[in-house]
Amino acid sequence: MFKGETMKRARLIPTLLFALTLTIVLGGCQDKKESGKESKNNESSTETKAEPTMGGSIVVGIPQDIEDSLDPHKSVAAGTKEVLFNIYEGLVKPDEKGNYIDAVAQSHTISEDGKTYTFTLREGVKFHNGADVTVDDVKYSIERCAGITEGTEPLIAAFSNVENVETPDDKTIVINLKEADTEFLAYLIVAVIPKDAQDLATNPVGTGPFMYASRSPQENIKIKKFADYWDTENQAYLDEVTFKVVSDSNAIVTGLKGGSLDMVARIDSNQSAQLKGEDFTIYEGGMNLVQALYLNNGEAPFDNVKVRQALCYAVNRQDVLDMIADGKGTIIGSSMFPAFDKYYMPELADKYPQDAGKAKALLAEAGYPDGFDMTITVPSNYQQHVDTAQILVEQLKQIGVNAKIQLVEWDSWLSDVYGDRKFQSTVVGVDAAYLSGRALLERFTSDSSKNFINFHNEEYDKLYQQVKKSTDDKEQTELYKKMETILADDAANVYIQDMASEVALRKSYSGFEFYPLYVLDLAKIYKVK
Amino acid sequence: MKYIVKKTGTLIITLLIVSFLSFMAFSVIPGDAAKSKLGTEATKEQVEALQHEMGLDKPVLVRYGLWLKDFVTGDMGESYSYSMPVQEMIADKIPVNLTMVLMGFFIILLFSIPLGIFTASHEGGMLDRFLMTCNQVVMSVPGFFLGILITYVFGLVLKWFTPGAYVSPSENFGGFLAYLIAPSIAIALPKSAMAVKMLRSSVITQLHMDYVRTAFSRGNRTGRVLGRHVLKNALIPVLTFWAMTIADIMANSIILEQVFTIPGMGSLLITSISNRDYPVVQGIIVLIAAMVVLINFTVDILYGKIDPRIRMDA
Amino acid sequence: MRKDRKNKSGNLIIGASLAGFMLLFLLIGLLYTPYDPDAMSGGAKFAAPSLAHLFGCDQFGRDILSRVMKGTGTTFFVGAATVMIGGGIGLLVGAFTGYFGGWLDEILMRFNDAVVSFPSILLALVFISILGPGKYNVILALGVVFIPSFARMTRSEFISQREMDYVKSARLMGASHLRIMFIHILPNTLPTVLATAAIGFNNAVLAEAGMSYLGIGVQPPDASLGRMLSESQAYLATAPWCALFPGVAVILLALGFSLLSDGLQKKGGK
Repeated sequence: MFKGETMKRARLIPTLLFALTLTIVLGGCQDKKESGKESKNNESSTETKAEPTMGGSIVVGIPQDIEDSLDPHKSVAAGTKEVLFNIYEGLVKPDEKGNYIDAVAQSHTISEDGKTYTFTLREGVKFHNGADVTVDDVKYSIERCAGITEGTEPLIAAFSNVENVETPDDKTIVINLKEADTEFLAYLIVAVIPKDAQDLATNPVGTGPFMYASRSPQENIKIKKFADYWDTENQAYLDEVTFKVVSDSNAIVTGLKGGSLDMVARIDSNQSAQLKGEDFTIYEGGMNLVQALYLNNGEAPFDNVKVRQALCYAVNRQDVLDMIADGKGTIIGSSMFPAFDKYYMPELADKYPQDAGKAKALLAEAGYPDGFDMTITVPSNYQQHVDTAQILVEQLKQIGVNAKIQLVEWDSWLSDVYGDRKFQSTVVGVDAAYLSGRALLERFTSDSSKNFINFHNEEYDKLYQQVKKSTDDKEQTELYKKMETILADDAANVYIQDMASEVALRKSYSGFEFYPLYVLDLAKIYKVK
Repeated sequence: MKYIVKKTGTLIITLLIVSFLSFMAFSVIPGDAAKSKLGTEATKEQVEALQHEMGLDKPVLVRYGLWLKDFVTGDMGESYSYSMPVQEMIADKIPVNLTMVLMGFFIILLFSIPLGIFTASHEGGMLDRFLMTCNQVVMSVPGFFLGILITYVFGLVLKWFTPGAYVSPSENFGGFLAYLIAPSIAIALPKSAMAVKMLRSSVITQLHMDYVRTAFSRGNRTGRVLGRHVLKNALIPVLTFWAMTIADIMANSIILEQVFTIPGMGSLLITSISNRDYPVVQGIIVLIAAMVVLINFTVDILYGKIDPRIRMDA
Repeated sequence: MRKDRKNKSGNLIIGASLAGFMLLFLLIGLLYTPYDPDAMSGGAKFAAPSLAHLFGCDQFGRDILSRVMKGTGTTFFVGAATVMIGGGIGLLVGAFTGYFGGWLDEILMRFNDAVVSFPSILLALVFISILGPGKYNVILALGVVFIPSFARMTRSEFISQREMDYVKSARLMGASHLRIMFIHILPNTLPTVLATAAIGFNNAVLAEAGMSYLGIGVQPPDASLGRMLSESQAYLATAPWCALFPGVAVILLALGFSLLSDGLQKKGGK
């Protein structure tokens, strides 16, 4: 759940703007040729508007190879999911507006108590191996995730809530939950796989618009068009897509300029600036994450709220944006980013304007009139976080706080900082694992295993208990907002921004759509005439 | 014969030490493959289950024993990240680095032999001085900086090649070779400069030997003397240098892989280290060590053939 | 032969003056830099070289001249400290194994072989994975990596010296082994040792640059030449000066010491 420029193995399950609904959502009929809604276009580059053509191939640069697993139930990295999105589908799947539309399911209903989910299987859905999708395949897939099939730990933690899966007839699937969860649909984007599938880790078989072709470690992954895709109106345009691993950020620009890459998502402003005047359309969006200087609230001096507030006042967020992204990005003030429209509170962003005087006064009150020394631990593969940390070090100097940067490998970060909570402060980006405010805010309850900053606030914990009990969406939203405000008031972390993200696409292609989650939908990309 | 047996024993012991040390090293590094694979959403139980599945819960020595047992039977294990046999993955990358090493080595020979002989036979002349000055400068350029310069000048400005346009040999062998020229030059140039220097001083030493003077005084032509006597003797010390160079090129190709974004053994090694994918790391490290040891071994034997005294000394 | 000698002492002079120049450059950097090397300025982001900023500015608007001055210091410090560690321990190991021989020699040399059979940058990479990145860990890693080459060199010197007459007579006069090793033999090996140290320093500078380039060396915001090079590669097309000046500084530093080592070797009479 941490992203950065190199996006290495960031754990992520989609973050959608999910309109909670108990009624049937019919989907799959969107007209994808509709243009003009692809976020704000960079003024320097306009999209090629032209007739789509069928066929052709594209080379897409991805920042890291798929290193966890091609098995969709075992993969956790954002980078993996972004590729597998084109190969697999679940009962439902997300669309570019943040809704869930039915995919392998024709329709679905959720019981009012939020404990029973009933799906009707869509007819004529085929796996890439040619077999028809049956309810048994779906049952197998869900049970596999829940660990029921093999009697092991659930492959996906949230599926521990699955009591059982029933198939009353060959068209209906009923999922019974142990405890009410009105937000469980979000998880059912999980891939449907054939029940007799072998070696998913090396030979993925799904139902998506593209099928797996081949891979070469550290080099590329190739997928090709699946001609028997069920959604005949939304078939892929391109015949072949090559995901090329370009781990070096410098090579991205040279690769795009030189012609060895046609598309790269999530480039930074420095890279896009170098593409100016070249043959590329640049799309701009947000990364949907909370970048902050995360403080270990359990350890002195950051166990003192005044010290944390002082750091907040010491930081000039606009300077950070200007320096690392030419001012692009959105300043935030709590653990919530703008794409989460429903919960996002823009007013919190201005809570701590830079004020060295106030910061020093707070430090003096806290008993540190001369400042103190601190260490910022940063995962070294995330250049933007490393850059941000460098700027923070300079800004903190002005209030007498002497910060040192310690770069660590991502794996050391995972085990020392995140796992063992042995750190003082760290700059990372945290994003949401699923669709509700819960995804970002549950983390900071006192006994959460993901509360790596050791935040502790009884009021906050109480509010979360209320959210869990509530079944009313409005009430939940209000409670989440109160929680956000507590995080800001308590200065749990020095919140900075939701970073800007840009996508470069060669002008001979078009059709790129932003999703409010970490995927690349290549079925929509086409070659222009 | 006894010498060869002894050397082979040494080789095996060296490899054992190398593999054992790297194995121990990995048990000390924070983080393991299971945590790495599961990311930040993992529960403790999931991590433990996967650690058990991967056999990471066993003591280090037991794991080393198991690894060694498999290795001896030719099984290097399976990568945690890729679920592929390690030997297959490494075999995939060998052509890349081998090509770079061979090309680099060829370039070194191409530059150093003529230049070394030329400068030696024109010792002290203007051209010699000029060339040797250039030589000193080139020697001091770090390979990766040279790589950056080449990318900038020949890639971005002159557009002689497309940075990042690497193609795999199976796809387009010609394109593959063409792309590797630039990084090979970047690796080879500083080494060539060193080789020129070595060869030059070696040839000069030989030229001042009595037998050469005698040969000249007998009226032999320069070319003949150089080719027949001097070169043969002058090459002996240079031979070791070349052998060491191969190991160096190998190491440098790891950095140059980064500069030119070539998916070779180096990037595999670096990502495998950060993924804690130790079957792969073990495989690569042992392979590289074996290669270096073998080269040294060959040089030793060649040496022995040329100069029997070495055997006594060893 | 005479010309060569002249050429070599020329090397010594040029090398010494180049190294001296870089040394002066970094010493000045310790006392005075035109700007604070860490101070950022949004307005000067990627400023091209000008009178105000002779070497231009980097992606944070930091003055590159100031950073090169400081970075040269860091790189020099890493190189020198590495040679101290690697050279010091290598010298001891080489001296003992070379002088005494026997089973200790056998064991240590096997170990040496194992380390040598490993490309140094690889070994350093593995070390850094264990120790974590950082200036002092780089020194430690490179120091350890450099031990074998020093040990080998010293060992062979000691082997060739130990049978010399002056050693034999010292032994006859009842001098202790330690005395013979360090009072009698060591001074005679000094030219070779110094030349090896200069080469080692050179390699350390290049290795530090290489490791920082891979992101495992000196930590930001600390300036080191390798770190600067690595950060600047991203801006090669738009701001080539970010890469040029630190690159030139690395070359000058390395060049100075390689000429110096050449000259020293010559003085040793080889």
